[in-house]
Amino acid sequence: MKPETPTSARDADKSNRRGFLGVAAVGLAGILLAPGIRLIEVAQAAPSTGADPKVRWGMLIDSTKCRSGCTDCVTACNAEHGLPQNPKPTDAQWIRKIEIREIRTGRTQSLPVMCQHCAEPPCVDVCPTGASFKRADGIVLVDKHICIGCRYCMLACPYKARSFIHEPVTDQKPDAPRGKGTVESCTMCVHKVDRGEQPACVQACAAAGHNAIIFGNLNDPQSEIAQRVRNIQTSQLRADLKLDPSVRYHGI
Amino acid sequence: MRTRADIRNFWLLASLAAAITAVGLGAAYYMAVHGHIVTGMNNEVVWGLPHVFAIFMIVAASGVLNVASVGTVFGQPVYKKRAPLAGLLSIALLTGGLMVLMLDLGRPDRVLIAATHFNFTSVFAWNVFLYSGMVAIVVVYLWTIFERGMDRYTKPVGLAVLVWRFVLTTGTGFIFAFLVARQAYQSALLAPLFIVLSLGWGQAVFLITQSAIFAWNGRVLDDAIRHRMARLLGIFIVAALYLVAVYYLTNLYYAKQVSFVRFILLDGGIYPLLFWGGYVLIGSVLPLLLLFHPKLSCARTTFAASALVVAGAFAFLYVFIVGGQAFPLEIFPGHVVSSSFGDGAIAAYVPRLPELLLGVGGLGAALLLTVVGLRAFNFMPQDDSVSAKS
Repeated sequence: MKPETPTSARDADKSNRRGFLGVAAVGLAGILLAPGIRLIEVAQAAPSTGADPKVRWGMLIDSTKCRSGCTDCVTACNAEHGLPQNPKPTDAQWIRKIEIREIRTGRTQSLPVMCQHCAEPPCVDVCPTGASFKRADGIVLVDKHICIGCRYCMLACPYKARSFIHEPVTDQKPDAPRGKGTVESCTMCVHKVDRGEQPACVQACAAAGHNAIIFGNLNDPQSEIAQRVRNIQTSQLRADLKLDPSVRYHGI
Repeated sequence: MRTRADIRNFWLLASLAAAITAVGLGAAYYMAVHGHIVTGMNNEVVWGLPHVFAIFMIVAASGVLNVASVGTVFGQPVYKKRAPLAGLLSIALLTGGLMVLMLDLGRPDRVLIAATHFNFTSVFAWNVFLYSGMVAIVVVYLWTIFERGMDRYTKPVGLAVLVWRFVLTTGTGFIFAFLVARQAYQSALLAPLFIVLSLGWGQAVFLITQSAIFAWNGRVLDDAIRHRMARLLGIFIVAALYLVAVYYLTNLYYAKQVSFVRFILLDGGIYPLLFWGGYVLIGSVLPLLLLFHPKLSCARTTFAASALVVAGAFAFLYVFIVGGQAFPLEIFPGHVVSSSFGDGAIAAYVPRLPELLLGVGGLGAALLLTVVGLRAFNFMPQDDSVSAKS
C-alpha cells in the first residue's frame, strides 16, 4: 500500500506552488508591462496636441544686415543637426550662404537660403508616398519612415533646398534622425521650436550681433516678424511661382 | 520542330540575358549597401544614367504597342499578326524599366511603401497605377488574342490598350512637365513630345526584335512588309524631330530661357554634342537616309536604322534628363550667384560603372522576358507571304 501524504501537508504544498506562480505571474507581467507604462508616461509628457493650425512659423531675413563671409548660421545648423562642417558635393546642406551680384548695377549681397517652407510646397505635391508633408503650423518636413528616396522632390524644389543622403551617416543627433537613401532639408529646427526655442541659425546670427534673421509667428499680429513684414518692404524668392514661402527677404 | 541547335541557342541567349540581369541586380545591391555615393549622382544631378535607361524602356514599352493598335484598332492585317509580339515586348520593356527605376531608389527595400502609401497629387503615384494597369491590360489583350472564342473582345480591349498607352506616356511626360521650377522642363509640350518619341522608339525596338527573330528562325521577312514598317519608322522620326524643334523654339520664345537653350544646343559641352551628334545626326538624319534612300533600302539597313534610332533615343534622354538638371536653377534672376552648394554653376556628372550596369541589367531583364516569352508562347509573326530561306 502506498503511504498517503497527509491532506494538510498536500494543501500547504499546493498553496505554496500557487503562491509562487502568482508572484511569478505578477513579476513577469510587471517586467512586460513596465516599459509600456513608462512609454505611456513619456508620451503623456510630450505635448498632446499636434502643431497649432493657428500658427504660421516664418522667418524674415534682412540681407542688409547679413555679412558677406559670415557663415555662423550655417555652422550652427550643421552642429545642431550633425551635418558635416566641410561638405562635399554629395553631402547635405540644409542652409547655405549665397553671394549674389546684380548684373546691371554690380550691387553685391550675401544671404542665407534654406527650405522656404512654402504654403503651397511643390515637394509635397510631387512626393509619391506622402513622405514630404507640411505641418499645420506651416513647417515642411520629410517623414523619414516612408521616404523611398526617389528624389522627385529635389527636382521639384525651386530653391535647391533639399539634399539626398548619399552614404551611411554616423554620429547622428537624437533630435535630427537621418538615414542613407532618403531626402532631407531644413526642419526650421522643429524640435527646438516645439520646446519654445528659436531655430539654431537665428540664435547664431543674433549671437554674432547681426540679427539678420527674425523668427516668429507670421499669424500673430503682435509678433516682431508680423510687425516687420507689415511695415517694411519684403520679398519672396521666386514669387512668380506663387508658392507663398514662409521665409521672406528684405533688401534684395 | 525544334532542332538541337534551336534548343542550344535558346539556352545560350536566355543564359546571357539572365547573366546581364544578374550583373544589374548585383550593381543595385552594391548601390543599396554603399549608397548613391558609388554613382556619379549628386545633389544637383539627382537622376542619372539609370533614369535614362528606365525612361527609354518605359516610353518604348508604350510605343511598341503602336504595332498592336495599327493591327487591332485600325484593322491592318500585317500589323495584326504582329500584335502578340508587340504585347510581349511591351510587358518586357516595362518590367525592365520599372526594375531599374525601383532599384535606383535611395531605399529600394521600401518599394512596398510605394505600393501602399499614395499621395494622389503626385504624378509619380498616378504612374504606379498607369504602369501596373498597362501590364494587366496588355495581358488581357494577349489573352483575347490567344484564347479561342475570346477574339470578339480583341478589338475593344485593343482600343483600351491604345487609350491606356497614350495616357501612360502623357503621364511620363507630365513627370517633367509639372516641374515648374526647372527651365528644362515645365512645358505642356512634353506630353505630346513623349508620345511621338514613343512611337519611333517602340517601332525601332520592334523592328530590331523582328529582324532578330526572323534571322534566328532562318526566315526572310517579306520585302513589302519590311518596307511598309520602315516607312512608318521614318515618319515617326520626322514627327519627333518636328516636336523637339517646336519644344526648343517655345523655350526660346520666353526670353529668360535663352541661356538654357544656348547651354543645351550650343555651349554646354557634352550636351550639345550628344544632341546634335547623337540625337539629330546618328539618331535621326542617318536613319532617315538609310530608310528612304532608294539605293540603300534593304533588310540590313532597316535593322541598322532601327539600332541608330535607339542610340539616338539614349542620347536625347541623356541631354534631356541630365542636361536639364545640370543647368542651374534661377533663384535670383538678373544676378550672378555663387555658393558652397553649386548655386549658379553648371553641375558636374560623370556616370559610374554601378549605375551603367544597373541600366544595362534592366535591358537584360527585358531581353530575358522576351526570349522566354517567345519560347513559351506563339508570338512569332506568321505572314502568308513569308518565304523560308533556302
